[in-house]
Amino acid sequence: MSSPFDINGGACIAMVGKDCVAIACDLRLGMQALTVSNNFPKIFNYGPSTFLGLTGLATDVSTVSDLFRYKVNMYRLREERNIAPQTLANLVSSSLYEKRFGPFFVSPVIAGINSTTGKPFICGFDSIGCIDFAKDFIVSGTASEQLFGTCEGLWEPDLSAEDLFETISQALLSAVDRDALSGWGAQVYIIEKDKVTKRLLKGRQD
Amino acid sequence: MTGFDFSNYNRNAALHAKGVPLPKATSTGTTIVGCIYDNGVVIAADTRATSGPIVADKNCEKLHYIAPKIWCAGAGTAADTEFTTALISSNVELHSLSTGRPPRVITCMTMLKQHLFRYQGHIGAYLVVAGVDPTGVGLYTVHAHGSTDKLPYVTMGSGSLAAMSVFESTWKPNLDRDGAVALCAEAIKAGIFNDLGSGSNVDVCVIEKDKPSQLLRNYIKPNERGQKERNYRFPKGTTAYLNEKVITKEDMKKYVTIEEASGDSNLMEVDM
Amino acid sequence: MTTLTGQPSSEAIGYSFSKATSAPIREHSFYPYTDNGGSTLGITGSDFAILAGDTRSVAGYNINSRYAPKVFKIGGDDETGEGAHILLSVVGFAADGQALKERLDAVVKMYKYQHGKPMSVMACAQRLSTIFYQKRFFPYYVHAILAGLDEDGKGALYSYDPVGSYEREQCRAAGSAASLIMPFLDNQVNFKNQYIPGSGEGHALEPKKPEPLPRNTVEQLVRDAFTSAVERHIEVGDGLQMMVITKGGIEEIYYPLKKD
Repeated sequence: MSSPFDINGGACIAMVGKDCVAIACDLRLGMQALTVSNNFPKIFNYGPSTFLGLTGLATDVSTVSDLFRYKVNMYRLREERNIAPQTLANLVSSSLYEKRFGPFFVSPVIAGINSTTGKPFICGFDSIGCIDFAKDFIVSGTASEQLFGTCEGLWEPDLSAEDLFETISQALLSAVDRDALSGWGAQVYIIEKDKVTKRLLKGRQD
Repeated sequence: MTGFDFSNYNRNAALHAKGVPLPKATSTGTTIVGCIYDNGVVIAADTRATSGPIVADKNCEKLHYIAPKIWCAGAGTAADTEFTTALISSNVELHSLSTGRPPRVITCMTMLKQHLFRYQGHIGAYLVVAGVDPTGVGLYTVHAHGSTDKLPYVTMGSGSLAAMSVFESTWKPNLDRDGAVALCAEAIKAGIFNDLGSGSNVDVCVIEKDKPSQLLRNYIKPNERGQKERNYRFPKGTTAYLNEKVITKEDMKKYVTIEEASGDSNLMEVDM
Repeated sequence: MTTLTGQPSSEAIGYSFSKATSAPIREHSFYPYTDNGGSTLGITGSDFAILAGDTRSVAGYNINSRYAPKVFKIGGDDETGEGAHILLSVVGFAADGQALKERLDAVVKMYKYQHGKPMSVMACAQRLSTIFYQKRFFPYYVHAILAGLDEDGKGALYSYDPVGSYEREQCRAAGSAASLIMPFLDNQVNFKNQYIPGSGEGHALEPKKPEPLPRNTVEQLVRDAFTSAVERHIEVGDGLQMMVITKGGIEEIYYPLKKD
């Protein structure tokens, strides 16, 4: 039987640009090779410029996204402010490690701009909460190897919001086309200091 | 102490019984070393984190803070080394506060081994603990099952043999600070170049008597990527999109309160 | 099989209180293959073909060699490779790769001795497929790529699976980092997912048409593909061996890669 990470398929990616970040995901939901839905977004919003991407087992993607909606809402009520991406990163990390011996089968990705410092922030996790801080890009999902290849080839530092959109989109689309379990359209969020742009990409439907 | 949550355990055990493999955690390959010298101790590590044959993080930190003058190098499961050292660091601080004495390396090592032994190796943390305390210089290794060693020079991780070959061929007694740092860096470099699980940069931490500890992050960077041959910027409009939605801060203000970024980084220290 | 309501099996928890009844039957086995890692890549142009491979050979976490070539000249002089007009790259199990190269080299030479003319790339490609399929149930454990110039002088590239299924292509990556390199090539060589800016709205947007790339561009792409793979795959590194075949002959270029 295949790994729980590879049952439903999916891909997610975050990238840093100049004073902006981007996060993108595919839209496929499958059961092994059978595609069940082409409208299953994997990016969730937890604040004005704080986004969490989740790939892996779809049941856990839903459970974990709802769990963090609850936890972030509780944080906002208690603190009377929005959660910073760095704070969400530590919350995700400790919540996943709590389940060290019975993990959720998810690989989270965070992208956002810290509203206090105005600095872009991205990070990724393994399923038990080890944080991967990166200055360039983070990938996750069944197409992660392909994404590593495209990102390492296409990414460069200090991309503007428009350039970052092209780079992240091309990296994602080319990668998911070489993965049988990902694709069927894609969503991209470009996060700037005072604006978030969400785009639905035209991708192969096979 | 930690209080793990086993609520998914039965579900995952049932899946595992049906032949589902266990999830792949980051980092098994690593080179970490430690070496004492006449007036202190040096520990060093590479900065590669892997997931199978793929490099997950090219510049991660494997040297962990325990106490002002006790540091720890971690190999094995990345999340386990991170959280085990954070937990022990916290307990060491509380212990030091309640006793009113500076923490000792041997105390820290004992707390680590007792914690790891309780979990029978399931917490996959392989550590090199080093520091200076009122009793002198301390350098220990702690294995995931709870066994420990006390030696003048130590290596751990998949690159431990490559690193140990450097120690065994060039170590000599009564090293000075610079000699110990150079030796440790050389041992890590042996791991970086000869062990596939290790790579990228060398991190060093020097803990000296009567001096604050020094973390020399990226002490040597022997593996920087050169310039790419081509420019891969795409012309605007290369990607086709079917729908666009712009959400500005102005729109968001209808639903939530937003405070403007001042850009003053002193206002909030971000833990990075 | 365990159900969700039942006890977790002893296998899942890693220990058991039930006494072992008798000594388990021990099965001895021998696995004749090893994975020596590495990656190869081939791209064709209008009047040339490039085959490239890294020169690292690995076993587990160890490096066997920092200079073990994966790209070979076929049908040339044994020492210098002079007179060769076909290139072969092999990645996977290095011993099988070596054996396969020797075999194909002999076949191409015998062809020339018997027919008095060099073997065409198309014929060599078909012959290589039969060599693979002859060992259908004890395969050469390699992913091979064959390159040369076709009858029209255009670059020709054929890629194979370990049992002889083959196809002529414009570009192909093989080996452990194939999954990293291939989507990059799709994007940069065949311009997949790229559209012509301003040529239409939404579905009417016109795709960017692929065209054969000049040699210099291809060489740059190959180097960037490999330096990228080196960053993210632990089994790729040390050196890049590039062979360029044109009507003027075969040129070999070596380019150092990171050694960590």
